[in-house]
Amino acid sequence: MKILVCISKAPDTTAKIAFTDSDTKFDENGVQFVVNPYDEWFALVRGLELKEANGGTVTVINVGGADNDPIIRKALAIGADDAVRIEAETIDALYVAKQIANYAKDQAYDMILSGKETIDYNGSQVGGMIAELIDAPYISLASKLDMSGSVATIEREIEGGVEVVEVNTPFVLSASKGMAEARIPNMRGIMAARSKPLNVIPASEASNSTSIKGFTLPPIKSGCKYVDADNVEELINLLHKEAKAI
Amino acid sequence: MSILIYADSSNGSLTKNAFEAANYGAQLAEATGTDVFAIVTGSSSDLEVLGNYGVSKVLHASDASLDNFDPQKIAYVVAEAAREINADTIIFSHDYTGKAVAPRLAAKLDAGLVTGAIALPNGNLVKKAVFSGKAFAEIEISTSTKIISVLPNSVDKIETGGAAEVSSFSVDIPSTGVTVKEVKKASSELSLTEADIVVSAGRGLKGPENWGMIEELGGVLGAALACSRPVADIGWRPHHEHVGQTGIAIRPNLYIAAGISGAIQHLAGVNGSKVIVVINTDSEAPFFKAADYGIVGDAFEVVPKMIEAIKKLKSA
Repeated sequence: MKILVCISKAPDTTAKIAFTDSDTKFDENGVQFVVNPYDEWFALVRGLELKEANGGTVTVINVGGADNDPIIRKALAIGADDAVRIEAETIDALYVAKQIANYAKDQAYDMILSGKETIDYNGSQVGGMIAELIDAPYISLASKLDMSGSVATIEREIEGGVEVVEVNTPFVLSASKGMAEARIPNMRGIMAARSKPLNVIPASEASNSTSIKGFTLPPIKSGCKYVDADNVEELINLLHKEAKAI
Repeated sequence: MSILIYADSSNGSLTKNAFEAANYGAQLAEATGTDVFAIVTGSSSDLEVLGNYGVSKVLHASDASLDNFDPQKIAYVVAEAAREINADTIIFSHDYTGKAVAPRLAAKLDAGLVTGAIALPNGNLVKKAVFSGKAFAEIEISTSTKIISVLPNSVDKIETGGAAEVSSFSVDIPSTGVTVKEVKKASSELSLTEADIVVSAGRGLKGPENWGMIEELGGVLGAALACSRPVADIGWRPHHEHVGQTGIAIRPNLYIAAGISGAIQHLAGVNGSKVIVVINTDSEAPFFKAADYGIVGDAFEVVPKMIEAIKKLKSA
């Protein structure tokens, strides 16, 4: 099985969110970056499990500059066989998808996996875009992936349940919780990651279609209205009359 | 130039999100003085109802093959419809269907896409939540064709009354790769992402055997149940109840949390809630900073009293 896993760099979940350059750029000062959790815990780990069960390779791909290399090495430490980094700025999702599709289209991957969205831009777009660009089927928000030969049986989240679908390789999938359990790299994995291939390739000609003009922070909540624990009826009264929530 | 709205349906009926997307598109059409259409795929009925949300023209691509959900097919049909009506703006809901179809369509048309819009566009600028709801970004779309998916429960709906004119839209649909084998729905349970009220609990409840009162509170409110990540991880509650940064993000009108401290990752899943109520014994619990109403107290005493008070309210 030849598996490609798309990984993105994201700020760690506890990072303080602030902006610089007149609120046009995310302030990276003091921020710890990680592999986007959905990419790492769900897409990458499932890819590794399938490789371990069926043989083959898992390649991780990332679009970005050299400061992404540490998180790429983390993915290698968890067990990916090799990595490709496309030296390009991540201008927008369509641009990133074009970069990955231009690379992947000649590589005959059985499947391209990504996480369902990144925790910084919450786009939930790149997987679907790649699928369209390489003319492959796409299953989004998948919580289960099983392979039998070249047939994939996938559970996809829908409102109030799941849909079970079948598709032949090659396909593209975005992974959601339930797909796999996070793995912690062991010492051997970390040592091996240092010498696994990390190929940096140039960006291909591509255009973007959107750009971020600026950021704002949400208005500070006006403050919690406290109700005494002995006066629970008052809470219900407030929710009914004031908040009109019940 | 016109606006095309993809109106999703499930089990033969238009979804709640379809009406939101329709009204978003209708409001935009009104503001920009453009024509607006909806496109519905598959065998659904009662499509005239879209007229009540400001969309008077509906294209119905009723080919049965479209009932087998494959975003590749739907993107194809929407692209054909967009071409037919000369659409320069295409609207989806940012829900399970929109997340599958909109990106395919964007790549197909080489069109700028903004997912999870929280307000009507301002010219080419579309606002969305980023960093899991901790900030907002203004995104500029530079292409002439724009695709916007609307974050559910973000833009108030305006009902206009009236029925839409539904016409059949026929298109040769290519065969594509995904086959739906089975749909498994927990039909008895209210879907967490669609629920107006959500009742949630966490480690403060001390053990899975104590959830009866949470289920009862959910029952009297007609609410869906949610939980924090730790209690899902240790198996006290099913995984599908986990709301948070790596679980599900919800935007109900009312979110009641008992025995949850309110870690950043949990907040990221619920910060879109209109009203947040927090019950916790710890007055320093960070969740109170995000709450609209709070009780510092023991959930085991407070929740039963809430149930009684709600029952009294409902019988009055």
